[in-house]
Amino acid sequence: MAPILELRGITKRFPGVLANDHIDLTLEQGEIHALLGENGAGKTTLMNILYGLYDPDEGEIFVRDKQINVKSPSDAISAGVGMVHQHFMLVPVFTVTENVMLGDESTSFGGFLDRKSAAARVREISEQYHLEVNPDSYVRDLPVGVQQRVEIIKLLYREADILILDEPTAVLTPQEVNELFTIMRSLVEHGKSIIFITHKLREVLAFADRITVIRDGRVVGTTTPQETNRNILASMMVGRDVDLFVEKKPAQPGGVVLKVENLFALNEINQVAVKNVSFEVRAGEILGVAGVQGNGQTELVRALTGLIHAYSGSVSLLGQDISAASPREITELGSAHIPEDRQQDGLVLKATVADNLVLNTYYREPFAEGVLVQKEKVVENALEIINYFDIRTPSALIPLGSLSGGNQQKVIVGREFSRPIQLLIAAQPTRGLDVGSIEYIHHRLIEKRDSGCAILLVSTELDEIMELSDRIAVMYRGEVVAVVDADDVTKEQVGLLMAGVVSEEAGG
Amino acid sequence: MSETERDKPKKKDAGKIFLEEAAKSPLTVTILAIVTGLLLGGLLVAVTSEDVYAAFSDSPWEALKVGANAAWKTYQALFNGSVGNPGKIIEAFRGGDPETIRRAINPFFESLVQSTPYIFAGLALTLGFRVGLFNIGAEGQLFIGAATTVTAALFIKGLPAIIHIPLSLLAGFLGGGLWGFIPGLLKAKTGGHEVINTIMMNYIAFRLSEYLLRGPLKNPEGFSPISAMIQDSAKLYRFFGNPIRFHLGFFIALLFAYLLYLFLFKTTWGFTLRTVGLNPRAAKYAGMSIVQSTVIAMFLSGGLAGLAGANEVLGVNYNLALAFSSGYGFDAIALALLGKSHPLGVVLASVLFGFLRNGATQMQVSAGIPIDIISVLQAAILAFIAAPAIIRTIYRLKVPELDIDAVTLRGWGGN
Repeated sequence: MAPILELRGITKRFPGVLANDHIDLTLEQGEIHALLGENGAGKTTLMNILYGLYDPDEGEIFVRDKQINVKSPSDAISAGVGMVHQHFMLVPVFTVTENVMLGDESTSFGGFLDRKSAAARVREISEQYHLEVNPDSYVRDLPVGVQQRVEIIKLLYREADILILDEPTAVLTPQEVNELFTIMRSLVEHGKSIIFITHKLREVLAFADRITVIRDGRVVGTTTPQETNRNILASMMVGRDVDLFVEKKPAQPGGVVLKVENLFALNEINQVAVKNVSFEVRAGEILGVAGVQGNGQTELVRALTGLIHAYSGSVSLLGQDISAASPREITELGSAHIPEDRQQDGLVLKATVADNLVLNTYYREPFAEGVLVQKEKVVENALEIINYFDIRTPSALIPLGSLSGGNQQKVIVGREFSRPIQLLIAAQPTRGLDVGSIEYIHHRLIEKRDSGCAILLVSTELDEIMELSDRIAVMYRGEVVAVVDADDVTKEQVGLLMAGVVSEEAGG
Repeated sequence: MSETERDKPKKKDAGKIFLEEAAKSPLTVTILAIVTGLLLGGLLVAVTSEDVYAAFSDSPWEALKVGANAAWKTYQALFNGSVGNPGKIIEAFRGGDPETIRRAINPFFESLVQSTPYIFAGLALTLGFRVGLFNIGAEGQLFIGAATTVTAALFIKGLPAIIHIPLSLLAGFLGGGLWGFIPGLLKAKTGGHEVINTIMMNYIAFRLSEYLLRGPLKNPEGFSPISAMIQDSAKLYRFFGNPIRFHLGFFIALLFAYLLYLFLFKTTWGFTLRTVGLNPRAAKYAGMSIVQSTVIAMFLSGGLAGLAGANEVLGVNYNLALAFSSGYGFDAIALALLGKSHPLGVVLASVLFGFLRNGATQMQVSAGIPIDIISVLQAAILAFIAAPAIIRTIYRLKVPELDIDAVTLRGWGGN
């Protein structure tokens, strides 16, 4: 059977960059085709060409063996191609039906909106594909995962047969990811075909039918999950051998650096988010905090770094009580913090790279003399860190926001690691990063541990916790349900603890 | 989008590179906005001129000529009113009579006099913007600053000018500062939005100064709500004789612009305040105090607005009257935007506005063009600055890359 979609020799040049270099891609009817590549490899550019947002310099697009000319998204939609963008295009104060109708409003006699029949269509689509979306809900009330399904309904409503999903899992929790893939499966069973863009290896191996890897704008190869594995895919993406499994020596724990006793902390709406938590982190070890997103990890980290104060209980850093200390006092005691939301909490996107690299030391020598900022010192420091931590930036004096996500994270890591620290609190340090950057940051964490720093690693990626931690604390509904030695447990056991199942063997 | 392609210019001739660079510069938009505003103002003059419609009966061509002529005359009058009539200036210098010369060059200096309170108030708004605060209360702070200044300048006697002037300025700074400090504190401690609270503080300031001028500050020898003349020792030095009112205040304003520049961009305090303005969450993460920054910024912003009032009292009016300010504090919002929240930009914008305002008054007298046309012109310029997409579309400019100097205000409900 002829492929439902075929791209031939797609080439797109941006000034100075060859974003797509003669890309060929075929999509078979009823398959889930993963487009895998690092950030900036050209995946999104390619899909934007297919969706009519960019004009290709060369190349042809065929749908069911018929060449089509896509000048705009409406051309793409009429050819049966629909796209869900990474950032949703929904109006929060509209209902699901109204959002779905938007741009394709059906009207009844006299030009009134025909919400009724549209809602019926939405309900029908939702039932057909098991999407479980209520047409009358307001979008602002829906969880992110459901909002994404509304986007999918928008495409199905417009009768798209080819669905493009751009990094659909980036904003989802692990459960929502699984739900999404169930839905994708149900879609292809009903004859739809899906291209999904991602840089996450685990997902493509688990859910794709075929995988095409793109690097530097070129197709590196197409394969299937059966024929490949994580290491091969990672090497294809990065273009060199990638060491996904961090080699580490056994930890040599020293004295207690961070001691948390009976800590309670509240979340933003004054509910108890951290319940009676006690643990300690020693010098030279990594304590991993595992848990499904939203089980109190965020508030725990905020309480330990002074961003919120403990409701009760005690936190001590190197013997000093810090439960009521300010972020600056805690920083000055030798604690570093890689925040969970790097763009919101850790960086000032509109400030220069150099300024961001002194964000919490700018007021001290050598960066300040009296009240005067010593710009040469700030720039010198920036160049040193940029060089040492291999931050890819054309200059130290450009706005930080123009760097890629991985390089932004390196700025935080560089800043926090380049001052003497005894404790590192790293929250989701590799979230949203590509393979190369993840590898890099993992190695730096181990290196820091081996130099005698105490590390508290908070991550919702169980693989990351398993690979890096010496001991693992599992959080469930605000409580630490178990603290175990990493060597004594399997991933499955920790997974059960994360789900709140405490058994004899696992809960040691 | 995940791709971040950057421009790498290939080999091009210098002229083309210059044009491309210029097209990317945010300054280009500002300049084009001003030019377009002027063109639009001219168009408005032509369209509203009755002569043009009369000329239409002859021919459209004639109407066009009459319209262009009307616009030309308007701007000529504006120029003569704000800079001076070149013919008259030359003539006056030939004549050699000092009084005539002063009269001829007075428009230029009077424009600078008009610019001075704009500079102070514009700096006040700039400081606020940089910290993410929208200080709409500059007008009220200006009135309170003027009231405290006049108190110090009127009732303290027997001081030498070298002490009395700084003391009076300080009084104005502290008065305005207090008026900014209160909404700053409310914002920091209770989250009360500074826009609402500064507007309320304006009303209190207006009524309070009214009370003061009918009571404690009223000139006991007069009947109208005007204070007595301040002590000579508190008056700012005027550089020329009558009628030129150009005084030391202009240079004090420039000094403060420079000081604000140093403060914002060269000190750790400025680093803190700017970080709070750009990303309060990251500022908190980095150990900066949002509460402290908000209160300090509002105090200093109010203080600068207070100096605008002090300047008018000490340099221009020598007393305090009701409604002595023609909305400098509100125009300042526009100035800070026009000046891209940079002290130098604010100085340039203030000088531009000073010339426009002063010229407009003359224009009304000599050309019979209503002064409101200048308000429309200023509004047009600001609309173009606030919506640069209009200018970029008209002149087919490219959108610049992430602009490091761009100052964004946090929206309602931000904290």
